[in-house]
Amino acid sequence: MPSLGADMEAGTLVEWLIKAGDPVKRGDIVAVVETQKGAIEIETFETGTVERILVEIGAKVPVGTPLAIIQTQRGKEGVAPPPPAAKPPPPLKAPAAGPPPVAAKNGRVARGARISPAARRLAEQHGIDILTITGTGADNTILLNDVERRIAELKAQAPRAPGFDLAAMREAIAAAMARSKREIPHYYLAHEIEMSACEDWLTRRNAERPPEERLLLGALLVKAVALAAQKFPAFNGFYHDGKFEAASSVHIGTAIAIRGGGLIAPAIHDADRLSLDDLMMKMRELVERVRAGRIRGSEIADPTITVSSLGERGVETLYGIIYLPQVAIVGFGKVATRPWVEGGTVLARPIVNATLAADHRVSDGHAGALFLTEIGKLLQEPETL
Amino acid sequence: MTATTNKPRLSRSHACDLLKQMIRIRRFEDKCAELYTQEKIRGYLHLYDGEEAVAVGVIPVLEKRDRIVATYREHGHALVRGVPMKTALAEMYGKREGCSGGRGGSMHMFDQATNFYGGNAIVGGGLPLSVGLALSDQMRGQDNVTACFFGEGAVAEGEFHESVNLAALWSLPVLFVCENNLYAMGTALAISESETNIQRKAACYRMAAEAVDGMDVIAVEAAARRAVAAIRQTGQPYFLECRTYRLRAHSMFDAQLYRDRAEVEAWRAKEPILRFRSWLEQSKMLDPEDLTRIEAEVAAEIADAVSFAEAGTWEPVGELTRFVYAEKTA
Amino acid sequence: MLHKAAQVAVTETTYREAIREAIRDALKRDERVFLMGEDVGRYGGCYAVTKGLLAEFGPKRIRDTPLSESGFTGAGIGAAIGGMRPIVEVMTVNFSLLALDQILNSAATIRHMSGNQFGVPLVIRMATGAGRQLAAQHSHSLEGWYAHIPGIKVLAPATIEDARGMLWTALEDPDPVLIFEHIMLYNMTGTLSPDAGPVNIDKAVVRQEGRDISLITYGGSLWKTLEAAASLATEGIEAEVVDLRTLRPLDDATIMASLRKTHRAVIIDEGWRAGSLAAEICTRIVEQAFWDLDAPIGRVCSEEVPIPYPRHLEEAAIPQASKIVAAAKALLKRA
Repeated sequence: MPSLGADMEAGTLVEWLIKAGDPVKRGDIVAVVETQKGAIEIETFETGTVERILVEIGAKVPVGTPLAIIQTQRGKEGVAPPPPAAKPPPPLKAPAAGPPPVAAKNGRVARGARISPAARRLAEQHGIDILTITGTGADNTILLNDVERRIAELKAQAPRAPGFDLAAMREAIAAAMARSKREIPHYYLAHEIEMSACEDWLTRRNAERPPEERLLLGALLVKAVALAAQKFPAFNGFYHDGKFEAASSVHIGTAIAIRGGGLIAPAIHDADRLSLDDLMMKMRELVERVRAGRIRGSEIADPTITVSSLGERGVETLYGIIYLPQVAIVGFGKVATRPWVEGGTVLARPIVNATLAADHRVSDGHAGALFLTEIGKLLQEPETL
Repeated sequence: MTATTNKPRLSRSHACDLLKQMIRIRRFEDKCAELYTQEKIRGYLHLYDGEEAVAVGVIPVLEKRDRIVATYREHGHALVRGVPMKTALAEMYGKREGCSGGRGGSMHMFDQATNFYGGNAIVGGGLPLSVGLALSDQMRGQDNVTACFFGEGAVAEGEFHESVNLAALWSLPVLFVCENNLYAMGTALAISESETNIQRKAACYRMAAEAVDGMDVIAVEAAARRAVAAIRQTGQPYFLECRTYRLRAHSMFDAQLYRDRAEVEAWRAKEPILRFRSWLEQSKMLDPEDLTRIEAEVAAEIADAVSFAEAGTWEPVGELTRFVYAEKTA
Repeated sequence: MLHKAAQVAVTETTYREAIREAIRDALKRDERVFLMGEDVGRYGGCYAVTKGLLAEFGPKRIRDTPLSESGFTGAGIGAAIGGMRPIVEVMTVNFSLLALDQILNSAATIRHMSGNQFGVPLVIRMATGAGRQLAAQHSHSLEGWYAHIPGIKVLAPATIEDARGMLWTALEDPDPVLIFEHIMLYNMTGTLSPDAGPVNIDKAVVRQEGRDISLITYGGSLWKTLEAAASLATEGIEAEVVDLRTLRPLDDATIMASLRKTHRAVIIDEGWRAGSLAAEICTRIVEQAFWDLDAPIGRVCSEEVPIPYPRHLEEAAIPQASKIVAAAKALLKRA
């Protein structure tokens, strides 16, 4: 059944002008087909002998159906067209819809309440529950300035307690620690450091100072680590995208306990270059701000190496987990008086266990040992810190 | 093949060439019909069977620099003008290698190299365009003729009258060629025009006009020479009514309920190829070998064109929105 | 190659004179440019735009045509293809319907149908709009219809500067450009900088900045919109007025930037409301700036009625400053 028009889908055979055995040549009218436009004569494009009629009079068949077989010199040819050639490329798909709107965490609106798109977006951005907003637009629709007003209200009401969400923070820490353990091949080294030089020096140093200006051991520990980190860059920097980038500065992340549980380790910037007094002041200030919940995001992200000291909690040794994307964490246990061998004799000395947890992709035990022992050496000469 | 004198030169080679051109068109149209039934060619297909003498008589008289505007029944015009058969067929397949990049199809063949300005599916739509082309030539002092082909159905459209009036008023070098095949789709001339002597309409606009037997390729050629010479000499437009007949239906999907089979057969008996061939054979200007050679050459060219079109490529869908505006080059 | 604009001595001028100067400038610069249309020569132009040009440039370059819109628009298309740079003047958009076939089926489509072989560097100028009590057949604003068609560009100069500067840029464009001149603007007076020259035809412009609501408009409606903005300002509402300048292509970037700032919009379009260009702009805003919206989008269009003859009814049928003010305030209304 030939195609005679773009809108022709089928035709009804109403007359055969040939029968089996008849000779035909190209251009001969061989049949009559009824279409929506009327009866149309159809011609054959083959020359040969009719072998067999395939479709009966009265049959309605789709375009492309063989109607008869004609034997030509080349072989059997159908009167009807061969199957259509390769289809043209598929039609252009409808353009993809734009990105779906950001799902609001608390975007549910009370039955009957309405909110403008801009207002909805602003509320989401600030994490405000739409149910708590009164709308002043037509039909009580919540408008932009209604959300802005609510934001101002909330700010005014906000308590001086930590501005960050504790639960969210612990969740984040948990996730970070899990990932660190999963991704970083930690290795651990421990070293005992004799602290009498530090203690003596501190006692003398603090004797003439009022309490608020006194130095604590922690400052000495941080400074020693900072100076050592300067000398051993493999422990000071970030591991990203499969490679380590040593940091040009030394920002020590100091682990500080949060009330209610959890640790946060904001940075003391350029700790290697600060004087001990400045360092101490910064540490004090950090602790205050952590308690007030006023830590900046950059302070959490900036540390190039972390120092964690849980000494007063009463354990000998602390094995840390590295804070991604850093590559090392130095831990200090409590300072305790323990037997110490010196010059062949056993003496009682203040000893602290220092540990290093480091990223084995970046450094190995040999380098780690040098780093740790360097810290120990520095702490033997506190006056040079 | 250009002509510079008014006298028809009917050498044997010229005669054989005219015959070949007509046969070439006829066989090509026949192949298009076949391909259409096989759904290789889609949309609308309007074939030129019976009217070959008009295109073959007029177009070779024009120079390469002259311009041609045609209708949706323009395959014959394109072929005679020199649009390569393979690109014409590829165009009908919708392939990128077609003369209009595959974008136009059967009704919209354009070819810059041969000054072929389409291919127009709006009856009468090409007439104002040809007036404009001629206007640009006049204003730029270029000695070109614009030949505008259209059917007798177009003379009912306002645009025909507007265009013929403008061409006569502004003395534009347009050759209006009306292919009067007696039917505008399914409407006979007798029931659509108060004045069926079409050349008189042009004469009303004070335009030189004549009618010629469109089934006689020699007569058409002679008239075309006269017309083109007059245009070049006087700068005035000319109207040539070619009286012809369409042997096939208006388009492929046409039950021809509007005319008698007997009428069609009567015209088939005096169709241009049959007539010219008989006359040439009688005048001993055509040997059987000539005819065999012509048919073989034509068949080979058509087979080649089919292979070319079949092997052609589809324009990627990603390029859909090209060619709407000029593209900035770098 | 852009030439520098000819020095124009006048500083005080009219919209009409600015267009005439633009045409004169084009005719002097490029010998391929010529203008044809009804009554453009001897009559001096229906709106007196081409007065004096016939005497200056002669009948071949300022060509009076018979009343054959389709014929001479098609001739313009053919002449453009043939290497000229014609300016076809269709007396008004009301008569352009007779040339619609040539504009849509030839001018807009020849480049595409020919597979990029032939382009149509044609400019068509038309007067448009209502306001002179010319009744139903002489008051259409159909530029929105034309803006529907791929393959052409559609401009609506609303200021004297744009009237002076858009024509040359349009003539240099390789594709057909339609320029719509609102009839109520021809007499508008204003100043033109002495070195006024070609301006871009692809960007909208913020005519007046504001924070509270965007008033988006074009052509003859621009001045009503600015008047409305002044009125709103006295009530403490700062409106930002965006002059579209080009209706195809629309300058989405400028429109959306305004919405991001103000969150509210009213579109003013002299076409009839149903299926208007305003509807298209509305939809684009919804597609591209939905999350910036603080109110539904308003439209001030012509009412669903053929434009009537008596003054009070004509005024009621088309956009007015008072309607724009009301629409703006409705969007800003509190509960």
